[in-house]
Amino acid sequence: MNETIINQTTAKAPVVGLFVTCLADLYRPEIAFATVKLLELAGCKVEVPEQQTCCGQPAFNSGDRQTTADIARQTIEAFDGFEYIVAPSGSCIGMLHHYPELFERNDPWFERAMSLKSRAFEITQFLVDVIDFTAIESRFSGHVTYHDSCAGLRELGVKQQPRTLLQQLPGVKLTELVDSEVCCGFGGTFCVKYPDISNRMVSDKSTNIANTGADTLLGGDLGCLLNMAGKLKREGIRVDVRHVVELLADMTSQPPLASSSYDLATKV
Amino acid sequence: MQIRTPEFKESARIALHDVGLQKALGNVKNGFPGKRAAAMARLPEFDALRDQARDVKNHVIAHLDLYLEQFEAKVLENGGHVHWCRTSEDARQTILKICREQNARTVTKGKSMVTEEINLNEFLEQNGIQPIETDLGEYIIQLRGEHPSHIIAPAIHLNLEDVADTFHAHHHTPRSVDPKVLMQEARERLREKFAAADVGITGANFLVAETGSSIIVTNEGNGDLTQILPNTHIVVTSIEKVVPTLEDMTLFLRLLARSATGQECSVYNTLSTGGRRPGDQDGPENFHVVLVDNGRSDMVGNDFQDMLRCIRCAACMNHCPVYGAVGGHSYGWVYPGPMGSVLTPQMIGIEQGALLPNASTFCGKCESVCPVHIPLPKLMRHWREKEFEKHLTPRTARWGLGGWAFMARRPALYRKFSALSNAALRLMAGKKGYIRKIPMVGAWTDWRDMPAPSGKTFMQQWQEKQRSGH
Ligand code: SF4
Repeated sequence: MNETIINQTTAKAPVVGLFVTCLADLYRPEIAFATVKLLELAGCKVEVPEQQTCCGQPAFNSGDRQTTADIARQTIEAFDGFEYIVAPSGSCIGMLHHYPELFERNDPWFERAMSLKSRAFEITQFLVDVIDFTAIESRFSGHVTYHDSCAGLRELGVKQQPRTLLQQLPGVKLTELVDSEVCCGFGGTFCVKYPDISNRMVSDKSTNIANTGADTLLGGDLGCLLNMAGKLKREGIRVDVRHVVELLADMTSQPPLASSSYDLATKV
Repeated sequence: MQIRTPEFKESARIALHDVGLQKALGNVKNGFPGKRAAAMARLPEFDALRDQARDVKNHVIAHLDLYLEQFEAKVLENGGHVHWCRTSEDARQTILKICREQNARTVTKGKSMVTEEINLNEFLEQNGIQPIETDLGEYIIQLRGEHPSHIIAPAIHLNLEDVADTFHAHHHTPRSVDPKVLMQEARERLREKFAAADVGITGANFLVAETGSSIIVTNEGNGDLTQILPNTHIVVTSIEKVVPTLEDMTLFLRLLARSATGQECSVYNTLSTGGRRPGDQDGPENFHVVLVDNGRSDMVGNDFQDMLRCIRCAACMNHCPVYGAVGGHSYGWVYPGPMGSVLTPQMIGIEQGALLPNASTFCGKCESVCPVHIPLPKLMRHWREKEFEKHLTPRTARWGLGGWAFMARRPALYRKFSALSNAALRLMAGKKGYIRKIPMVGAWTDWRDMPAPSGKTFMQQWQEKQRSGH
């Protein structure tokens, strides 16, 4: 690549602020790294603002508007000036889309929240709908199924985008999950406030997952994936659980969620 | 009806282990949603109708007084009576007075959730008047001394075997599990009651302001017999049921049947416009409409106004994974499912009702199927806000949230705490990659394992990479 081309691409490259999400930060950094990789492959310049923490959803859904508004202001400032904000989670982006509800219309923060909302996208949605990048390459091969997480699906309309991207991978066979659009029972704090009901929901989900015969479960939201991976593990159902970006970015060297080195040893 | 909402968690736990109930709930999940989806697919303009219906309802709510007064004027013109009842007690007394004027001993009833709301049956019984439910499902649960577990399918929590047992015990007939035989038994018994009733009470699906009509939709025709045979017909309904015109009513009928049962149209759509007129072959001499407020007018202009659009189709509960897991009785009062989780705290108070709006993952399925676009998750969240403002949130949850919130507002500190939690979780997991039991987080680990972090936090790794220049 000669210098002029590099300069041209950098000049035109959209600058994306990565919203890491607190769960990916804590549990599975690969998801955030895979997101960075996909964005860079798509020609974006990625930065990770220091001032971000969590989207504020636990406070919002617990009825604590004051705290939510504080966190919203912090997030809005952290992502000021970015052309786009992208996260590997429909739920967290969905939360960013709720920010305008937190402010009165004549509050200057309302406008800023609206601006953030218009720039915030879930990763597969961003790749497919916003910058039209589907030139995915991955060595992964396997039989997968897909859970459509609720917030991404119903708040953002994420349904076809991950499938469009997975179709680019010749090694991937997708079997659709029965009730793929039914909630897995995670629901943030719901799963600890109503453990019995949550358990029923995730048990039903596990059964459906096992019935697909797929060896890998994919999804776009780590909260739901932790829930399902934990349940599958407890029930002894051998299905690998990964975030869809791990496949799309060809970053599957890390063992899947909740799998141990022992598991890997016995599988080989 | 006794309020058992504060026991929601315990009731839910019992329900989850009730084999018969779980079997019956399977019928909800496997029946209604598929039928609704098929009906929707056959009507391409379904979504446009929903938007229209929402707009009509919003318009009516903004002018509720005008439409109700117009409705009243028309009813009076048609020779009927309208009774405005602010509370359940007002409504009960009004109904009792009408029944007493008729020297009523038995009252037949069509299906009505508002009469459940005002606890009418128990009250009439206490006053020496026998109420007889004529909807098959209602009839069954009345025999069993139960309340509806669903707003359109009151006995959905039962299986055929339960009905067989109930009829065998109460009708003293040989036990049969043949639905035809059971139906015939009920029919024979109800026929006597219809003929003997002094007063017929029905609800209303809609009230039409331009004509002063009320309409009920049923699939059994029991409503017609209830309201036509006795000398007096009392419509017990609530103020938000009014729509401006007959044409508006048909818009709602198209949405209601499809959203509820997937039918194009319910089997019986019966309009009542005043009592019997000179020359009429049949019909009641006296026609009364009891308009129940019971907190609804307080909702106009408050955070829950959107809920007044509800047309009681039950689509939200038919599609709700929580309702599908625990059934309607767990909710502990009249209205179950997502619509109940919004309405119940309004009617019994958030102090007693708080567990319901919390019992949602906010999966959003209810809102996506609601024919009048009620943002049910948002309204449930508003209840959580009220709960939080009133310091009703359980203390452990408050403390947990408070500690987390303190850090979430301090990025540098948050970073450190994440790194610490991350290390702790990895330590607990050891080489395994998952954790079987975490103290204090039993609610999670009692049921499922906790996946372990795959390495240091992203922020730690990212900074290391930045420092080393990738
Ligand atoms: S809230 Fe909507 S879906 Fe639920 S019963 Fe009312 S109208 Fe039907």
